[in-house]
Amino acid sequence: MNNQNELNKNLAQMLKGGVIMDVTNAKEAEIAQEAGAVAVMALERVPSDIRKQGGVARMSDPKMIKEIQRAVTIPVMAKARIGHIAEAQILQSLGIDYIDESEVLTPADDAFHINKFDFKVPFVCGARNIGEALRRIGEGAAMIRTKGEAGTGNVVEAVRHMRSMMASIRQLTNLPKEELMTFAKENDAPYELVVQVAETGKLPVVNFAAGGIATPADAALMMQLGSEGIFVGSGIFKSSNPVLMAKAIVKGTAFYNDPAVLAEVSEGLGDAMRGIELSEIPDGERMAQRGW
Amino acid sequence: MKRPVIGILALQGSVQEHRQALESVGSVEVLEVKTPSALALADGLILPGGESTTIAKLLCGFGLSDPLRERILKGMPVWGTCAGMILLAKEIVGEPAHLNVMDVTVRRNAYGRQIDSFSCVQSISAFSREPIPLVFIRAPWIEWAGEGVEVLCRVGGKIVAARQENMLATSFHPELTDNLCVHRYFAEMTQRAAMGTSLIQS
Repeated sequence: MNNQNELNKNLAQMLKGGVIMDVTNAKEAEIAQEAGAVAVMALERVPSDIRKQGGVARMSDPKMIKEIQRAVTIPVMAKARIGHIAEAQILQSLGIDYIDESEVLTPADDAFHINKFDFKVPFVCGARNIGEALRRIGEGAAMIRTKGEAGTGNVVEAVRHMRSMMASIRQLTNLPKEELMTFAKENDAPYELVVQVAETGKLPVVNFAAGGIATPADAALMMQLGSEGIFVGSGIFKSSNPVLMAKAIVKGTAFYNDPAVLAEVSEGLGDAMRGIELSEIPDGERMAQRGW
Repeated sequence: MKRPVIGILALQGSVQEHRQALESVGSVEVLEVKTPSALALADGLILPGGESTTIAKLLCGFGLSDPLRERILKGMPVWGTCAGMILLAKEIVGEPAHLNVMDVTVRRNAYGRQIDSFSCVQSISAFSREPIPLVFIRAPWIEWAGEGVEVLCRVGGKIVAARQENMLATSFHPELTDNLCVHRYFAEMTQRAAMGTSLIQS
């Protein structure tokens, strides 16, 4: 089991510096692969539609997931509801490459997450801060992403989450050992993982950015803040020219520290997704608050 | 003596892992390569693990493909791990080749999906007398190798490491382990080639 967990962390390392794109059918998956995505996330509705349409958002139809698996050679990820052990088992049996236990879907359990060590397939989980990230890793997550606020096209929450995590990591590397237990207590984080971060200066798994990334510049910003790769949900297929936007975000992620390239790829992309100002979203509708 | 410069193609993938391994080996300068001007400074180049379709598209999109191919054909040492092996191959089962330089046919995702990823321990005499850990992540294998290609290792009957003159390819990821022997081997390959070039120039 530990060896499998190691291999699953390793797969996330292979995705570093890359872009993972939400797709809702085989055709979009092909566009994503052609644009240079390192993986696709198969789901029935992108987050901005889930937000608009409301109702309970669940795991996607296996038929649609299989069509996407047949359409591309890059890894295929899919979302299970928080705590929904059976959905995760179904996705594993489909041979999915990564499961996102995601706050974008309606939580199935309002107290507990899936014990991810029970599975052979790797999991990615969202986190707003170091405590949440280390709790998910403690449950077996092989990859972490910021939650941001999905489906808004507004990067501010992802920035807040990434800055918070990086600040805590920097803080931890400077704390004397006797202060680590209190840090663990105050941040609701498993002590052993706190010690590990303090010693190594980084999370034990890869850390990506997600939630509200809509342009190549957004992707570059997240990379400069310390993200190791990018998830784009609604940002591509809700823009006016998905093919161009997809390619531009891939290039913007690879050349995140080269403003001349960023200027070049940002030119003439058409309209990015419309976007929502965070203050317009009532507290109860914020996806990032789901997760325990 | 000037230390040889080993570049790591840094468009996507396990770049930092290779960097750390090379820094632990010492005796070489490490350079991340994203542009033709950076490539020109490298004495040898590592093509890291990652997603081969992504890296190939970025290579083409930024005019790096042709100069890289030319350097390899002129003898620059190059080592492809996993995705890098796929980039080097002259043939890829079911899809067009990328750099099209190494006389091998490669099968992508040959072992299956992520749940089929695995690791094992095996001796590879070219690299080390001791058995070394081999980590396979959605790995390719070499289905067929041309006459000029030296097979360095097989696992389960399939070729997972090979060398053709200045080109080294491994299905597995030494950069994900603490064992440095393949990085040492490649550093020596680069050092020898750099010394050869400077002799010719002088």
